[in-house]
Amino acid sequence: MLVEDKKQTEQKKYFRTQMRTDPDMASAVAAIRTLLEFLRRDKGETILGLRESLKWATDCLTRVDSSVAVSSGGELFLRFISLTSLEHQDLARCKKVMEERGELFLEKISLSRTKVAKLCHTFIKDGAKILTHSYSRVVLRVLEKAAAEKKRFTVYVTESQPDTAGRQMAEALRRLGVPVTVVLDAAVGYVLEKVDLVIVGAEGVVESGGIINKIGTYQMAVCSKAHNKPFYVVAESFKFVRLYPLNQQDVPDRFKYKADTLNNVSELSKEHPVIDYTPPSLITLLFTDLGVLTPSAVSDELIKLYL
Amino acid sequence: MADCGEANGPERKNEIVRAKNEEKELTKEEKQRLRKEKKQQKKQKEKKDDKGSSEKSGREKTLDPLSASQVLSTQSPTQKVPASAPIPVPPSGAPSHSSGAPSHSSSGAPSPADKPAKSKAELKAERRARQEADRASKQQGSSSSSKTKAPASDLNPVVKRLPEHVQVDDPAVVKRLAKKLERQQTRPHSSAKKIPLRSDYGYKVSLFSHLHQYSRKAPLTQLLSIPSSVIHPSIVRLGLQYSQGIVTGSNARSVALLHAFKQVIMDYSTPPNEELSRDLVNKLKPYISFLNQCRPLSASMGNAIKYIKKEISNIPSQYKEEEAKTKLLECIDKYIDEKVVLAAKAISKYAIEKISDGDVILVYGCSSLVNHILCEAFDKNRKFRVIVVDSRPRLEGREALRRLVQIGISCTYVLISALSYVLPEVSKVFLGAHALLANGYVMSRVGTSQIALVARAFNVPVLVCCETYKFCERVQTDSFVSNELDDPDELMVTRKGKTQLEDWHDLSTLGLLNLVYDVTPPDFVDLVITDLGMIPCTSVPVVLRVKNVDQ
Repeated sequence: MLVEDKKQTEQKKYFRTQMRTDPDMASAVAAIRTLLEFLRRDKGETILGLRESLKWATDCLTRVDSSVAVSSGGELFLRFISLTSLEHQDLARCKKVMEERGELFLEKISLSRTKVAKLCHTFIKDGAKILTHSYSRVVLRVLEKAAAEKKRFTVYVTESQPDTAGRQMAEALRRLGVPVTVVLDAAVGYVLEKVDLVIVGAEGVVESGGIINKIGTYQMAVCSKAHNKPFYVVAESFKFVRLYPLNQQDVPDRFKYKADTLNNVSELSKEHPVIDYTPPSLITLLFTDLGVLTPSAVSDELIKLYL
Repeated sequence: MADCGEANGPERKNEIVRAKNEEKELTKEEKQRLRKEKKQQKKQKEKKDDKGSSEKSGREKTLDPLSASQVLSTQSPTQKVPASAPIPVPPSGAPSHSSGAPSHSSSGAPSPADKPAKSKAELKAERRARQEADRASKQQGSSSSSKTKAPASDLNPVVKRLPEHVQVDDPAVVKRLAKKLERQQTRPHSSAKKIPLRSDYGYKVSLFSHLHQYSRKAPLTQLLSIPSSVIHPSIVRLGLQYSQGIVTGSNARSVALLHAFKQVIMDYSTPPNEELSRDLVNKLKPYISFLNQCRPLSASMGNAIKYIKKEISNIPSQYKEEEAKTKLLECIDKYIDEKVVLAAKAISKYAIEKISDGDVILVYGCSSLVNHILCEAFDKNRKFRVIVVDSRPRLEGREALRRLVQIGISCTYVLISALSYVLPEVSKVFLGAHALLANGYVMSRVGTSQIALVARAFNVPVLVCCETYKFCERVQTDSFVSNELDDPDELMVTRKGKTQLEDWHDLSTLGLLNLVYDVTPPDFVDLVITDLGMIPCTSVPVVLRVKNVDQ
């Protein structure tokens, strides 16, 4: 028990350092780095034991950061490294192969944001007015690329309570020289007639083709459908998760609240959820590093990724 | 005889000379053959010009809206299915039986192998159709033929043969079916012991006149002569159970079919000079036609038959008879176990995740799979209640109600007319399926699409539960083209000694329609639970592709 606790605290420390050193990195990428380091330091004797301990490590990480991406990234990492022939006699050699695959995976996903930005910026036309929600690093990267391509556009960002992450986004955009306006969450319906398109990030992409994102996204999607404005989602492929929620209630509790809340508070029904689910019927297109997908194609890609 | 067109050189001449010197019957046959060859040559010349217009006139036999939808449905490309894929619900080995099923009379030239199969009457009919086509094209002028040229060449590769069971109002097709049934005996049996052709009953509503409508009171078995050594007794029993409605439900029918086939295989003995792998398949063909006549085959039964035929033909020839038979029996057991029993367990596992405490679940009719899921969920101590929706004339919901109440689930029972009254209190709808089509449409008991539609209007999630062996490569967008008509007399109700509609036969303008299946579009279905996992309705072709790769 003591050994496990020690391992856990070591892991958490490593994870937090990763997040601090590069604030621009996705939390899932930091998690995968931690898992890779864990793999390197692991002293297990069997492949099965290795997998078990990696699963345990992912669980620990979700207790630190409860976002969907961490759990999906962890599972995909595990699948990717074991998707090769592990028929070597020597455990050390197997581990080396797995580590190499892990590095390859990490390399691939660190390039994914660039790929997404390259695909998406062409959909932003000159003179466009864009609406986005809260602080998303992928959306920021897309808008950076569009600005670099000398396109002129203005951005409306929602304030996104309770953590006012939208203001952070506005700051970052001002530094790029993009004209930006911060609007209240309640003003989404008001501002939608002025905008041309809506771009949001995602914390997780589910099997049905819908997304899980910061609370307020669902409202924005419903309003943009009512106004017939295109609703685009940008997400990396490691965010694809094997969940299938039917409605808001169906999203598991472990994703709805922050990790600290889950650990410390007893009465969850009094807490306010931080994410919501947007069904696929409201989404026009998803931009991922696997390409530009319609919501119904997500299931196809998921089957390819996971099976 | 001497006026045959492009002769094949000296060969033909010798034949003609020989024929002239021989008896009358031979010359008649010769004449027929020569006439056929002339016809073929003429057809090859005309094929490129008049394909479109000849098809149009040939299809005059079927109703216009129907013909339009038929052409549309044969043209709609399925995603990754090659154009030569087998046609819809595979009936009694028709597509594989090349000599037995020549193409539709007005489309395409008959292959030389069909020559012995055609009777004089059919030849005459074809010639008349073509003459009409020529006359029609001459009237319309070259403009229409040039217009139809481009789509005609597109139509050519895509037009598939329609199965006989959706061309009931075409007399040529019915005649062909009768001949095929005659021919499906092995040589030694006399024609008196053939499989009888079941006749339709009652007035058929015009939109559905292309389908069979049989009466429960006249089962096919009454027309069978005793002793009937053509059809195995367990198959006769099965056919009777199907036609009287004793065995109903997609899973029940397939499993009963497989058990009957096991009996057939056990009693089978290879005749001398024959190979088991080929002879057994031929033996099964008349049985399948017989069962098809008793009640049209379902998609699940079609897939099961395909599997058995494949297994039989893959038996290596060095196997002794006993070995081969045990292997086949094992295969059948494995199929039932994997595709039905284990699949049900896997589906319940996924479905139970979706049932939470306090749920109100709506079910329709009696689906063995949905009942299994609800019983398992109850065993795992989930707290929920069920609303069972039922409809006439089958009233299958009563059976579901009985099963659920027996294990202690609290249930409510309503008829489908009260659906919009109960839906506000429902949290989920669980539906079973008869088949899942390649374009994502769900084919199920009539009334299912109504439930899905109203549930969508109330924003209630609709979950369809279906095993993967019921996935079929057919594409259908409406419930008209391919359906089943049940006995219309079942719609009559006797209450307080009076039977309404007792003499509906006397009223010439009255038609009773008892449909069995309907088709639900994928936008109304939120989730499909299969043994491979939970997938959206639009991913059915992906599963089919993955399955084909596995095989």
